[in-house]
Amino acid sequence: MIVAYRKHIQDLKRILRPHKRILVLGCGTCVTVCLAGGEREVALISSALRIAYRLDNEERQIEELTIERQCENQFIEDALEQIMASDAILSLACGAGVQAVAERFPEKPVYPGLDTKFIGILQEQGVWVEKCIACGQCILGEYGTVCPLTRCSKGQLSGPCGASIDGKCEVAPDIECAWQLIYERLKALGQLERLLQPVPLTDWSKSHEGGPRKLIREDQRIGVDQGGEQ
Amino acid sequence: MDWEPKILALCCHYCAYAAADLAGSLRIQYSPNIRVLRLPCTGKVDTEYIMYAFEEGIDGLIIAGCLEGGCHFQEGNLRARKRVELAKRFLAEAGLEPERLEMFNLSSAQANTFAEIADMMTERIKQLGPNPLRNKPRTPASGSRYAAPSAQSSLAEENT
Repeated sequence: MIVAYRKHIQDLKRILRPHKRILVLGCGTCVTVCLAGGEREVALISSALRIAYRLDNEERQIEELTIERQCENQFIEDALEQIMASDAILSLACGAGVQAVAERFPEKPVYPGLDTKFIGILQEQGVWVEKCIACGQCILGEYGTVCPLTRCSKGQLSGPCGASIDGKCEVAPDIECAWQLIYERLKALGQLERLLQPVPLTDWSKSHEGGPRKLIREDQRIGVDQGGEQ
Repeated sequence: MDWEPKILALCCHYCAYAAADLAGSLRIQYSPNIRVLRLPCTGKVDTEYIMYAFEEGIDGLIIAGCLEGGCHFQEGNLRARKRVELAKRFLAEAGLEPERLEMFNLSSAQANTFAEIADMMTERIKQLGPNPLRNKPRTPASGSRYAAPSAQSSLAEENT
């Protein structure tokens, strides 16, 4: 899932200052699961904003709504009425959701309420860790399902750097050495020979380095064109 | 100064509420500024409730639950403490003194402790002064709502 964390209330207050009627819009998908932008967080952030504005004697109407998903137009329609009635929207979605809402309502100011952090998982209660950098060409199969691009601090594909201590990265003691994990997992799977294969050059043009990416699947574009998967 | 603080004490039925009751039975004097509200467990306290209480103008808020390890629902009091910490962060960021809010742990036998907590918090709130939101115009909460996907089609149709 996409992991995010809320911005400071004073930062939100500052950015929303020109607007009188504000809709705090939550998203029921990833950011609800990572406890950053769901229905409950909408309530808390709205309450804190009301307190912050009232302390400054500034009158604001703050509406609260959470929709199932902000990154799809079909779900954004659920908030149509409230969005049209608002001067501005504070979107508690990931960066994709914020932009989707803004594109749907070009005349409405939309602001991000969260900092989108990474694609990751819940490792334990209250701890989220990054697992994928969306490089565009998954190599997990070659590395015992431990991503060296994401989880090795140096992003090394051809082997460990040699600076780990007791299985921990030299960058920080709470980072596990990805190459230690790769080695252990491949050994357990009896697939250590995978590491003997030469590593091809990475085509970074398939990652964000190649500019904003777009995936077009003609097989899903009904009534647009005939053809197969690109 | 005429002002007297209003302090809400959200008390767990199994400990702090019974302790307050016992304090009464024992004729222990404690601050009359405390308004006790009984809960089945402090785990019932959502962070939003705390925020709303301050929005409504309460001067101080006590959350009083069982001793750690003694919760009748295993970990309700531990959850409450985390929520109190979260609410304190939100209050501080919003600009309201987080000291107005405090979590306490006590058993049903600790009537004296309850009285001490009540007096200590009353004194603390008197130092801090009234909740500045009390006399400011209110902007009522719209209430956090979830637009269920089932409502989606009808809503979309209405607006097309």
